[in-house]
Amino acid sequence: MDILISDGKIVEKVDERKAKVIDASGMTVMPGGVDIHSHIAGAEVNAGRLLRPEDHVKDVEAKTALTRSGVGHSVPSTFTTGYRYSRMGYTTVMNPSMPPLEARHTHEELNDIPMIDKATFPLLGDWWFVLEHLRDNQIEKCAAHVAWMMHATKGYAIKIVNPGGLEAWGFGKNVESIDDSVPHFNITPREIIRGLCKVNKALNLPHTIHVHTNNLGKPGNYTTALETMKCVEDLAEEDSPVMHITHCQFSAFKGSDWRTMRSGAEEIAKYVNRHTHITLDLGQVVFTDTTTMTADGPFQYGLYGLTGNKWVNHDVETETSSGIVPFKYRRTSHVNATQWSIGLELALLVEDPWRIYLTTDHPNGAPFTTYPQIISWLMSAVAREKTLKRINKRARRNSLLSSIDREYSFYETAIVTRAGQAKALSLRQKGHLSPGADADIAVYDLNPQELNPSKDYKALIQAFSKAAYTIKGGEIVVQAGEIVRSVRGRTFWVDTELSSPPEPSTELKRKFREYWTVEYENYPLPEEYLKAASPITVKARV
Amino acid sequence: MPVISNITCPVCGNFCDDIEVTVKNNVITDVKNACAVGAARFLEYANHRQKYPLIRKNGELVEASLDEAIQRSAEILADATYPILYGWSSTSCEATRVGLELAEEVGGVIDNTSTVCHGPSILSIQDVGISSCTLGQLRHRADLIFYWGCNPWSAHPRHIERYTMFSEGRFQKGTWRKYLSSLGGIVTKKRLQRVVNLLLGRHLRAPSKVSQGLPHTMFQRKRRMVVADVRRTRTAEAADYFIQMKPNRDYEVLQALRMLIKDGELDVDEVAGIPVDVLEEVADVMIGCELGVLFFGLGLTMSAGKHRNIDAALSLVRELNQYTKFVIMPMRGHFNVTGANVVFTWQTGYPYAVDFSHGFPRYNPGETSVIDMLCRKESDAALVIASDPVATFPMKAAQNLLEHPLIVIDPEPTPTSLMADVVIPPAFVGIEAGGTAYRMDHVPLPLKKVVEPPETVLSDEEILRRILNEVRKMRRNVD
Repeated sequence: MDILISDGKIVEKVDERKAKVIDASGMTVMPGGVDIHSHIAGAEVNAGRLLRPEDHVKDVEAKTALTRSGVGHSVPSTFTTGYRYSRMGYTTVMNPSMPPLEARHTHEELNDIPMIDKATFPLLGDWWFVLEHLRDNQIEKCAAHVAWMMHATKGYAIKIVNPGGLEAWGFGKNVESIDDSVPHFNITPREIIRGLCKVNKALNLPHTIHVHTNNLGKPGNYTTALETMKCVEDLAEEDSPVMHITHCQFSAFKGSDWRTMRSGAEEIAKYVNRHTHITLDLGQVVFTDTTTMTADGPFQYGLYGLTGNKWVNHDVETETSSGIVPFKYRRTSHVNATQWSIGLELALLVEDPWRIYLTTDHPNGAPFTTYPQIISWLMSAVAREKTLKRINKRARRNSLLSSIDREYSFYETAIVTRAGQAKALSLRQKGHLSPGADADIAVYDLNPQELNPSKDYKALIQAFSKAAYTIKGGEIVVQAGEIVRSVRGRTFWVDTELSSPPEPSTELKRKFREYWTVEYENYPLPEEYLKAASPITVKARV
Repeated sequence: MPVISNITCPVCGNFCDDIEVTVKNNVITDVKNACAVGAARFLEYANHRQKYPLIRKNGELVEASLDEAIQRSAEILADATYPILYGWSSTSCEATRVGLELAEEVGGVIDNTSTVCHGPSILSIQDVGISSCTLGQLRHRADLIFYWGCNPWSAHPRHIERYTMFSEGRFQKGTWRKYLSSLGGIVTKKRLQRVVNLLLGRHLRAPSKVSQGLPHTMFQRKRRMVVADVRRTRTAEAADYFIQMKPNRDYEVLQALRMLIKDGELDVDEVAGIPVDVLEEVADVMIGCELGVLFFGLGLTMSAGKHRNIDAALSLVRELNQYTKFVIMPMRGHFNVTGANVVFTWQTGYPYAVDFSHGFPRYNPGETSVIDMLCRKESDAALVIASDPVATFPMKAAQNLLEHPLIVIDPEPTPTSLMADVVIPPAFVGIEAGGTAYRMDHVPLPLKKVVEPPETVLSDEEILRRILNEVRKMRRNVD
């Protein structure tokens, strides 16, 4: 079967005499990889870079005639991030966490990440406007402000992190359950989640609300995750998802303390298998040295307390917070080994691959460069067994992995690494190879007819680490795992058309000086600021 | 007359963005909302400007065309084996981006002015981490403002008004009314004292010594301000309490406070001239606040101990978070020194002192920082932009800088530009050229172009881009 490309798109017909031909016979051809959740740019990521010279010094990339130099491992510099994704055959990456006030920073960095298309999600779950409007049950007003914010920050989806908890963190507090009251605001996390879910539907945004649950990273939190999923059950229409629970592994802990911590993957998978309104991504842990960074300030402070490692905190006025702590996942640690198992259990127990996606919550569970390793665990029980043998004994005893035979097929792997993610993001031109799709293609040197992935998992790792070809927008950018051409990726953002022209600015302008320390006029980013902007226009229902 | 509002002020790390300027015939005639320093910048920037490039010929700086100056600069950089590219803190992020590309191309060392100001703070952050926030967070919530080794009243004039004591937030009221009423009292008292002195024929004395113990008002529930410094600054005058310590003893005081907040006992009566009783009370006030902030300036980073001082301050704040919420923030000087660190970091992984001589970024302050390089006489050319190392570097480093070809990109004559081999005057960024810059709390804001630059000058970014292109051409020809 041939795939024909012209003008950056997959087409039905080309002039075969003039066309350049790539012989991919005996290889695996997939759409370019899509990553729904990877911290690659912005204030938080950059603070992580600054914090970790010891992380960079052991992993450097020299300048070449085509590429810029940089450093890597867990928080790579911008250029290196683009090259490394491209070498793995990835062509689209979502940056899931952007403090709106610092949107300019995020986009400056995205401008400097070559090779991939990208988009970024503003953090809106603790924004004072959202809290106040939802408290007063003004969904439409809230929607108008969220639409303004998407436009102002050139964002793509609504990101919610530890709803209510980040506002409480302003005074060093947190919320403990989805029905706790947020101090000073008289609203609960449940109301924030439900409210923003309604707003998301009203605005018709391409992605669902993207939720990092309350109580993340705490033993026993799988019940919070389940309650969070349940709380929007009635908002679902037909079979389409209304909520994405991100890095679900971190929200699937059972037990009452760290000593009794166990996997809650089975319960979560059971729920997800019975309900269609939820999508998940893994947040898989790999045993390595990495840097944790989330907008969840109180969680990061807790992690600092556990590890005693260096700790960065950065609270953003009226909007959000963030924290960073370096972390080493150890095979021999009961907790870390259990986390490793939880991620894979989730991937294997959730039946529908279209609703669970491969991520490491880069760099929280591990750097994105570990994806090939994770693919090998998903496709090969032998590979899983091999790692399982070496992990903490107690974690191994409690792990469900040895009782699970399922091995992902190539198709399922393609779904969890690109097709499913593209669908969840409503990126209609990504994640497939039919005519009309963007010519973003990855070719891996693997013969699916001959290779037995279960046995030969090492070949998988090798092939998925270095794509034989990566084609971005119709151009060959990687060949045999090396960059052969540097291209600039586009930045998607959502331009919402409200039925009545947006009128948030009177209230917004009036409150602006009260809420922020910058002027209204200096807050929104003009579109020219994005070096290659690609707005997606959606018609709102309000 | 056109009035342009919401302009950012390209002077200090406050980076106020509410400036209003009136422009008539491409000349700024009036400035509103700015402090004295900011207003002077907008009104008088053009008074001493350089309009034409200069090249040194036979020992004299003579006017030259822009093409010639760019060509000569490119030659210098292309011929050098280990050039320095220094400055960056008073230009836009866009210019810094090109600067990094240029440094990578020529395999040189690129460093920004952090190396002589908050470099030690960065080293400590890399060791300890930092608990921080944006300035608005403090306006809304902070009820304890601690300034240590800095004097915002004079150096960041609108800091107190916009972000801390006098600002009004959701959970905190400003204290400016109280200050105004107490100011009247202080002025009257000072005048009376002067009259008494004159009558008695006494010489004017320094202000009376620090009182023993904190005033009772410190323990009331309202926003409070504490200043720690070696001298009684204008900021100290406005504070609720002032701790005057002996010079170069900050480290001891910080460590003493760390002990005290952990309920430790000090076996001495005083630390750095401050009675232990007072320190105990300060520790209690720090623990007792709802949200406290410690701002620190060069008084802490550049006095004895350097990054060890910051280590202690960062650790103190980190530990205070066991009791309450506490944050810490360096008082950055130049309006975009934070931006220079930010851009350096996203492109190379490191915030300053980045060495590209191996083809990849390397960072080892002490080895790859410019002053140390200059003192070891390692560099063989330099490009200086938006800074004045001859005036600010140690003598030995400045002398060695001048021994090799020197390019200066600066709109005004400076001691450095007077000694240069090539001078290229750019447009004033933030007045004649736009871009992006980062406030001291990492909030990015747009720099704006309010008047047209003279026809003969380009922006920093364009000049650097043209030099880079010339260097690349030369390299290709050699290959």
